[in-house]
Amino acid sequence: MEKVLMKGNEAVGAAAIRGGCRYFFGYPITPQNELPEYMSRELPKVGGVFLQAESEIAAINMVYGAAGSGARVMTSSSSPGIALKQEGISYIAGAELPCVIVNMMRGGPGLGGIQPGQSDYFQATRGGGNGDYRHIVYAPASVQETVDIMTEAFDVADQYRIPVLVLGDGMIGQMMEPVEFRDPPTRELPEKDWITDGTAGRRAPNIINSLYLAPQDLEDHNRRLDAKHRLITERETRWESFRCDDAEIVFVSYGTASRIVRNAVEMLREQGVRAGLIRPITLWPWPQAAFDALGPSVRALMAVEMSMGQMIDDVKISAAGRWPVGFYGRSGGMVPDQHAIAEAAVAMLETATQEVR
Amino acid sequence: MPMVFEKTRGLTDRETHYCPGCTHGIIHRLVAEVLEEMELLDATIGVAPVGCSVLAYDYFNCDMHEAAHGRAPAVATGIKRVHPDLTVFAYQGDGDLASIGTAEIVHAAHRGEKITVIFVNNAIYGMTGGQMAPTTLIGQKTTTSPYGREQSHAGNPIRISEMLATIDGATFIERTSVHNPQSVRKTKAAIREAFTVQQKGLGFSMVEVLSTCPTNWGMPPVEALEWLEANMIPYYPLGRFRSPGVDRTSAAEV
Repeated sequence: MEKVLMKGNEAVGAAAIRGGCRYFFGYPITPQNELPEYMSRELPKVGGVFLQAESEIAAINMVYGAAGSGARVMTSSSSPGIALKQEGISYIAGAELPCVIVNMMRGGPGLGGIQPGQSDYFQATRGGGNGDYRHIVYAPASVQETVDIMTEAFDVADQYRIPVLVLGDGMIGQMMEPVEFRDPPTRELPEKDWITDGTAGRRAPNIINSLYLAPQDLEDHNRRLDAKHRLITERETRWESFRCDDAEIVFVSYGTASRIVRNAVEMLREQGVRAGLIRPITLWPWPQAAFDALGPSVRALMAVEMSMGQMIDDVKISAAGRWPVGFYGRSGGMVPDQHAIAEAAVAMLETATQEVR
Repeated sequence: MPMVFEKTRGLTDRETHYCPGCTHGIIHRLVAEVLEEMELLDATIGVAPVGCSVLAYDYFNCDMHEAAHGRAPAVATGIKRVHPDLTVFAYQGDGDLASIGTAEIVHAAHRGEKITVIFVNNAIYGMTGGQMAPTTLIGQKTTTSPYGREQSHAGNPIRISEMLATIDGATFIERTSVHNPQSVRKTKAAIREAFTVQQKGLGFSMVEVLSTCPTNWGMPPVEALEWLEANMIPYYPLGRFRSPGVDRTSAAEV
């Protein structure tokens, strides 16, 4: 299929429909409005339903109902709207329902701003909702990667009966890039024999539920979920290691920020500084293996984020004291500059050298 | 021996957790009987709320969802949009529907969502231990209005049926009670009418059922039925507020 030039938000919608999505429940918020607008235009053409809910809370609960009834369903929003959806996401995770949620992040906290941000890392990976749950978090760095992930996300959600969050930012949503729509790898999907679609007198009633009043029942449920999380970690963790082989400093960065870091790596290499980049593609499950594979040349790690430092917690956990972990971040909708990133890296390497002496 | 009465197939054999004298059991049975009599059980999906009837998913003998507090109409919307040919109902209490879930119920009605809502109003939060609800009557003592509800402090009790009756998408709205056999029969007729409205695809339907909470009202079951009649009905008049083809009906006309 030939490449077409598309705006990120619209490409997400096209990929979702290609991935089998037929139901969209959402509520307007900048900077992701082109996505629901696209779905309101395109879903009816394929026999699907777009419904604008009265709030983000209602939208995610409509997703809960539709997912429990067997639909391929999604919602999308941006940071403050995703905060409102957390209750529903917790219920969806608890009831083990498949769905896809898109967050085109903007700056925060509170109403924050409408420019791109990456300050929802904690919310996305630590569970903004209550309880012992996880959900998959993809952090694509280009419109093409977003499209590939969106097309596959509904299969992944169905395979594990788990919510899948695609974490973009205002930059990914708003920019135009050439994209090619490709079929995802084939997955063996379990039969949806647990959904509510009327018993038709052929089976006992199915119940969609996250309530387990007996403590032992709830612990058993928590253990089943934990086993599923471990399986997902084993099978679905994704990352890209760029020029890490001989690197003395390795950046860790995802999404839009990682594209700028990639430029910084090239720039540093030209200056004779051996830099590399670990780019997590799944933020949960987190690519611990990428860190364990680093060689003896590495002297320092540096997290680069469009926030005041959130992913850095995971980088420190992964470093486990093996390397010092530095940080460079911009926030509020400010986008990091590759020269500033490179300067921070050089300064950190000098400090690391002094410490060794 | 000829069978003169048997338990409806619309309910499972699970023993319910409801307190002695609570009228939830009667309302469950009426919903289940109507679904069975209309031959809808095998093609129905119900939504249970948070509150006393949170475990309703174990009692109704059809596919069920358990929703977050107040969100049952949104969950039911999601289900109905996926399965427009199936019957979808939400069963909600007054804390669930009239307090935390007001946005969801108003907009489900406003969209004319083709679902049926059974709204059980007993003027109190039962499950959490008898706190004041938006429907608690003036002067009524609860664990969070220990001196009796005061209008100047907590406002007047909210009349949901009257409010929803102002919405065009709300095709069928009726308030009934279950304090005596006659009112139980009228409630069943109203529930049947509500499901019929959904079957015909006419729009949103809701039956508000005045119900008792002997445990948290602090009175024996029979006294609770009398208290409902003497105190709740004067403030929450029974009657049909909206029905298909009739723009607005006052309670007095029924």
